[in-house]
Amino acid sequence: MPELGQYAGVVLSAWGVGLGLIVALVWASITRARRVKAELERIERGGS
Amino acid sequence: MSIWEYANPKKFITTFGPWVMPLMVVAGVLLVVGLGWGFFLTPEAQNFGSTVKIIYIHVPSAFVAINAWIMMLVTSLVWLIRRHHVSALAARAAAPVGLVMTVIALVTGAIWGQPMWGTWWAWEPRLTSFLILFLFYLGYIALWSAVPEPETAADLTSAVCIVGSVFAVLSRYAVLFWAQGLHQGASLSVDRAEHVADVYWLPLMVSMAGFVALFVALVLMRTITEIRARRITALMARAERAEAVA
Repeated sequence: MPELGQYAGVVLSAWGVGLGLIVALVWASITRARRVKAELERIERGGS
Repeated sequence: MSIWEYANPKKFITTFGPWVMPLMVVAGVLLVVGLGWGFFLTPEAQNFGSTVKIIYIHVPSAFVAINAWIMMLVTSLVWLIRRHHVSALAARAAAPVGLVMTVIALVTGAIWGQPMWGTWWAWEPRLTSFLILFLFYLGYIALWSAVPEPETAADLTSAVCIVGSVFAVLSRYAVLFWAQGLHQGASLSVDRAEHVADVYWLPLMVSMAGFVALFVALVLMRTITEIRARRITALMARAERAEAVA
């Protein structure tokens, strides 16, 4: 862990928000992609 | 072979589908290297202390936020001129990615601004135009959800995209022609004298490449998802019509 000095809280909170939002965006995109793909396959197979 | 072949939804999925995961891996590697390098291996700046490390998140997210809107403008224009549905869906797919990047840039900027400028927020040109861009993203996404007829939704959101482009451009160039702002000049520039020192510039470039790769991967994945969701809607409508006739 690098020495962040008096601004440790500032740096870590900015990085936390940034990385947290990126992870949430990727997770939401992948989850929706899988759900929609599975639903389309089910419909095309003739499921209700 | 013409570029318009990719306006065919099936062709688009078969061509770009296999690229999504490799692009995700490339984005992941670039982000780990760029962000890790920036966070762990760069020194404090004389004026900003360790807060300089925020640029590795703030600058690439702002860059993607603005250029996502420019990409949406191009694909919206393609929709308006050539009526290719995939083009409109690509714009729709990019909007949430651009929105999240805008939020990251705004929040990390505010967190940085509090200790450095003495305020979380200032109504100065670049920040204000960026906030308006954020509101345009919200409006654009809401409009897509609010209008049930896909072609009308694509037309209306394309109009919003054209108007919002003014603020996308303003948020990038406001610092150049409005001197009264708090926001400093460009961190990256083709003019070497203008951008940050090399020790910060190199990891920043790797982080930028990672953010861009992630944007491309997410937009391709989300466009394919939008195409499939549109197909589901069409199939359900067809089934309902068949039931009504029977």
